[in-house]
Amino acid sequence: MSAIAMHASDGLFDAPTSLLFGAVAVAGVALATVKARADLDDRTAPLAGLVAAFVFAVQMLNFPVLPGVSGHLLGGALAAILAGPWVGALCVTIVLVVQALLFADGGLTALGANVTNMALIGTAAGFLVAVVLRRLAVRSRGGLLVVAFTAALVNTVAAALGFVLEYALGGQGAVSLGGLAAALVGVHLLIGVGEGVITALTVGAVAGVRPDLVYLLRGRASAREAVT
Amino acid sequence: MSASVLHRPGDSAVHRLPAHVKIVAAFAAVLAVVATPREAVWAFGLDLAVLLAVWSVAGVPVGWFARRALIEVPFVLLAVLLPFVGGGPRTDVLGVAVSVEGTLAGWNILAKGTLGVLISLTLAATTGPGELLAGLRRLRVPRLFTTIASLMLRYAEVIVAEARRMRIARLCRGHDPRFLWQAAAVARGIGVLFLRSYERGERVHLAMLARGWTGALPVPAAPPVGPRRWLAGVSPAAVVAIGSGVALWLT
Repeated sequence: MSAIAMHASDGLFDAPTSLLFGAVAVAGVALATVKARADLDDRTAPLAGLVAAFVFAVQMLNFPVLPGVSGHLLGGALAAILAGPWVGALCVTIVLVVQALLFADGGLTALGANVTNMALIGTAAGFLVAVVLRRLAVRSRGGLLVVAFTAALVNTVAAALGFVLEYALGGQGAVSLGGLAAALVGVHLLIGVGEGVITALTVGAVAGVRPDLVYLLRGRASAREAVT
Repeated sequence: MSASVLHRPGDSAVHRLPAHVKIVAAFAAVLAVVATPREAVWAFGLDLAVLLAVWSVAGVPVGWFARRALIEVPFVLLAVLLPFVGGGPRTDVLGVAVSVEGTLAGWNILAKGTLGVLISLTLAATTGPGELLAGLRRLRVPRLFTTIASLMLRYAEVIVAEARRMRIARLCRGHDPRFLWQAAAVARGIGVLFLRSYERGERVHLAMLARGWTGALPVPAAPPVGPRRWLAGVSPAAVVAIGSGVALWLT
C-alpha cells in the first residue's frame, strides 16, 4: 500500500459511520471547549491560537517514511504537552476544521472521524502517556525528551488505531481488516518515530528557555516558586 | 491572507452567498454523495453536472479545480490497488483477474472521494477565510473556537515568515540546503521557531491589549438571510440529495 495520508477522505466510510463519528467528535470537542475555558482566559486565547498555528505549520512538513510513503506530523502530543490536553485537543480540532474547509484537505464527511482520531484519541493517548511518565519528565531534561518522544509515538499509533476502528465499523473497502491494521500500524510506527523526534526537540527547546510554557511541567514550576 | 491559497476572490452569486449557507450546503451535499449507493453511476454523473453548473455561475474554470483535486492522489492509489488485493469472487478484465468486490470498493472510494474534494474546493474557492469563520460563528460554533481559529490564521503567517527568516540566516552562515540536510536543520530549528513565534505572539498580544482587545474579534453584524436566499443557496445540494434518494430507492 503506498502513500497513506492521515486525513481520511470522503467515501472511505459509509454515511451512518460518518454521522456517528461526527456526533462523537462534536461531543468530545464540546467537552474540550468547556474544559479549555478553565485553562484559558482572554490573555491566553491568543497563545492557544499560536499553538494551533504551530501545529498547522508543522502539519505541512511531510517527511519520507518508506519509498512512496510520506507521513506528516499530527502535533497532538506536542499541543497537549505544551498547552494541556483540553486546549491541545481544541487546537488540533481547529487545525483539522480549517484544513477541511479552507484547504480541502480531508473529506467533510470524514471530518468527524479525523477529529476523533487525531484530536481526541491521539491527544488523549499521548497526554495519558505523558502524565503516567510525569515523574521521569520532571526529573531531568533527558527524561523530558524521552517522555515527549514516547507520548508522540503513542499519539500517532493511537490515531491510526482509531482509523482501523472506524474502518471496521463502516469501511468501504474490500481489504481484510487484519492486513489493513498491520499496514497502518507499521507505517505509523515509522511516522511516530519522526513525530517523536520533532516533538522531543521542540519540547526540549521550549523547556530549556521557557519552562513556564510547558503545561506538563507547570506543577513543578509552581512548586519551585513556592519554595523560593 | 496568504494562508488562503485556495480562495479565488470574485463577485459572482456563489461568492456573495453568505458563508454559513455555503457551509451547510457543502456538508449536506457531501453527505448525500457518501450515502449514494455505489452502483448508481448516473447519480455521480448528476452530482458532477451540478458542480459544473455551480462553477459556471461562480466563474471559476474547470481546470483550476482539476489541478487542485490532485490533493486526493494518495487515496486514488489506494482505490486503484483494491481490485487486486480485494477478496471474494474474481473476474477477468483485459486478461487480468480482479476482485469484483475490490473493484466496486475502489470505484466507490474514487468517485465519492473525488466528488468530496471537488465540493470542498468549491467552498474554499468562493469563500474567504474571514467569511468562513464568520459563517461558523453564525452557525453557533463557540466564540472561543472561532477566536482561536482566526488568531491561528494570523499567526500561521508569522510562523511561516519567521521560518523563512531563519532559513535565510542559515544560508548566510554557509548552510547548503539539500533535501536531507535541510530536514535535519529544520528539525533542530523547530523548537527555536516555536519560541521565537511565541515571544513574538506575546508582543503582538500586548499590543492588542493596548488597543483594547476584549477577548473576541469584532464581528460586523450581518443581516439575516431570508428563506428565498437560503433555498437558492442549498438548491445544488438539494439536487444532489434528491439524486441520492432516488438512487437509494431504485437499488
